[in-house]
Amino acid sequence: MEMVTLLTATLHAAIISATPILYAALGEIFAERSGVLNLGVEGIMLVGAATGFYTVVNSQSLLLGVLATVAVSLLFGLIFSFITITLRASQVVTGLVLTIFGTGLSAFLGKSMIGQASPVIFHKIPVPVLSKIPILGHVLFNHDMLVYVLYLLVPLSWFFIYRTREGLNLRAVGENPAAADALGINVFAVRYFYVCLGSIFAGLAGAYLSLAYAPSWLENMSGGRGWIAIVLVIFATWNPVRAALGALIFGGVDVLGFKFQARGIGISPYFMRMLPYLITIIVLIIITARSQMAKNLMPKALTIPYDREER
Amino acid sequence: MKTKRVFVVIAFLLIAITLFAAGCGSKQTSAPGNQNQGKDKLKVGFVFIGPVTDGGWNTSHNNGRLYLEKQLPYVETIFVQNVPAGSDSERVMRQLIQQGAKVIVATSFNYGDTVKKLAKEFPDVYFLHATGLEVAPNVSTYDIREYEGTYLTGMVAGKMTKTNIIGYVAANPIPCVVRAINGFAMGVKAVNPNAKVKLLWTSTWYDPAKEKEAALSLADEKADVLAQYQDSPAVQQAAQERGIYSIGYHADMRHFAPQANLTSFTWNWGPIYVQEVKAYHDGNWKGKAIWASAQEGAATIAPLNDKLVPADIKKLVEETKDKLSKGELTVFKGPIKDNKGKTIVGEGQKISDAELVKCNWLLDNIEGKL
Repeated sequence: MEMVTLLTATLHAAIISATPILYAALGEIFAERSGVLNLGVEGIMLVGAATGFYTVVNSQSLLLGVLATVAVSLLFGLIFSFITITLRASQVVTGLVLTIFGTGLSAFLGKSMIGQASPVIFHKIPVPVLSKIPILGHVLFNHDMLVYVLYLLVPLSWFFIYRTREGLNLRAVGENPAAADALGINVFAVRYFYVCLGSIFAGLAGAYLSLAYAPSWLENMSGGRGWIAIVLVIFATWNPVRAALGALIFGGVDVLGFKFQARGIGISPYFMRMLPYLITIIVLIIITARSQMAKNLMPKALTIPYDREER
Repeated sequence: MKTKRVFVVIAFLLIAITLFAAGCGSKQTSAPGNQNQGKDKLKVGFVFIGPVTDGGWNTSHNNGRLYLEKQLPYVETIFVQNVPAGSDSERVMRQLIQQGAKVIVATSFNYGDTVKKLAKEFPDVYFLHATGLEVAPNVSTYDIREYEGTYLTGMVAGKMTKTNIIGYVAANPIPCVVRAINGFAMGVKAVNPNAKVKLLWTSTWYDPAKEKEAALSLADEKADVLAQYQDSPAVQQAAQERGIYSIGYHADMRHFAPQANLTSFTWNWGPIYVQEVKAYHDGNWKGKAIWASAQEGAATIAPLNDKLVPADIKKLVEETKDKLSKGELTVFKGPIKDNKGKTIVGEGQKISDAELVKCNWLLDNIEGKL
């Protein structure tokens, strides 16, 4: 029984902890599937968190907060797309710049919000009937709206990418933009669309932090989760379902560290804190070591700007 | 083609500049005080590392500044907030001195190097350096014996717990944090010898999500009062979510969790500022290390939550507070053992200040490691 309570509590917390990472990772999967590596996730997350919190504090409306987050992160997505897709600048450099810019901008604009409490937050809504199922009910169906939305987004994303024509077009653009172009797919439009979509997801990840997880605003409150999301995409080999599993592992390790510490189990908290990064490095090594695997799984045109004249 | 590219880049730059300008317009990062009043007033310059609205460290110092202005009518304060340590702080302090500030209050440990440099250059300006290490003829360092305040919050926790498990979420095991926790545990022990303090380290000063995770883990371990040494109010929010009690740190955190928060440890710098500025005004100021206690009213707690804390506990806390402020009570009085069984001080002895400064043990009712 003791073990069961520990397990349910850990899994429940792991899902919450995984949510912001998974939002950002799903978005990044879409962007990278179209051949664009967006390293600006961390910055967009922070701007999303600040925007969401600011709007909710001033309007008392969660819906407006989410809409404002979507609008601002869309703007960031457009800026990134414009520089990397239209101007064909380096995706890596632009992404890094966007992260630095977003971190600074959110800290700058957020100064006045530090120490304020949010008037409304995303409360946990237990799903009727389902939440009464022993163990699983609490683990899966006692969360807030943003988590439930994510439950739908994961299978939908998978279905979209692998089972629809639009998803095929997306993958084609990421694999071989020249061929896709020859088939009449508008490579630029596709890339713009999915980069912006990914950016919106990253913004929502931030809003989840500032409106649901720890409703407040603090400078740099994402704490590196944007970077973890980017790593998670590689870990998941660009597959939404695997990303969900990976996010659970990453989140779970985080939570388990505290559970162990609270039980006096002799594992150093510093070691546990290091573990997600350690797992990531191991996965990276495995993927790169089996180069065939990396070749087959990674979108081939990733990070390469598309230029019609260079065909 | 080329001109088009250039045009596009310019267009983008314009967008970026507009974004930035929009931000600049809405915020004023530094706000000077009422400079135009009274030329012959004693000017005191305050430098803050963050926004004075942070609801924590900087707000507490700003409250001290306001208290100083109120208590000493001949004082005029000038303050600058959001000043990073290093060359920025040097520029700001020089500017304050140029504006006629005779006393400079550097409210962050990080300003140490700047204070040291400027103190040599301006021997007739007096510096107060918060939590600083080096004293000079015109530099005083000042700090608060936070453990006297956490002793009181510990008593509240010890009295309010039903499960006899009190959770403590703390940032990093450095002496001032460990000392605050030990003070808290002494308070718990004084009123409830059966209660345990479960301690979790987050290894971060602020990561609200992590702090909340730690707090929820403690709640899962049946803790029914959660205390914290963290900058964000996430622990308070977690307690409210679980329907248990919480105790804040740095500033009154009631408004984040009105149904959970019992009280908070708060820094009260006002008395130190009044004492030092007065000494300067009277001409008997001396560079020294100040470690203010409850006797000066420096280590305090926020008003208890009347809706949650019964009157008898309130009375007990008031009485203890009174004893502390009269110097009749010593928090770290022997016998004290650490949680590994080692004796820290024997029966009837006190821990010296030198020992307290390097506090590196946890009291025997704490479950946790350093």
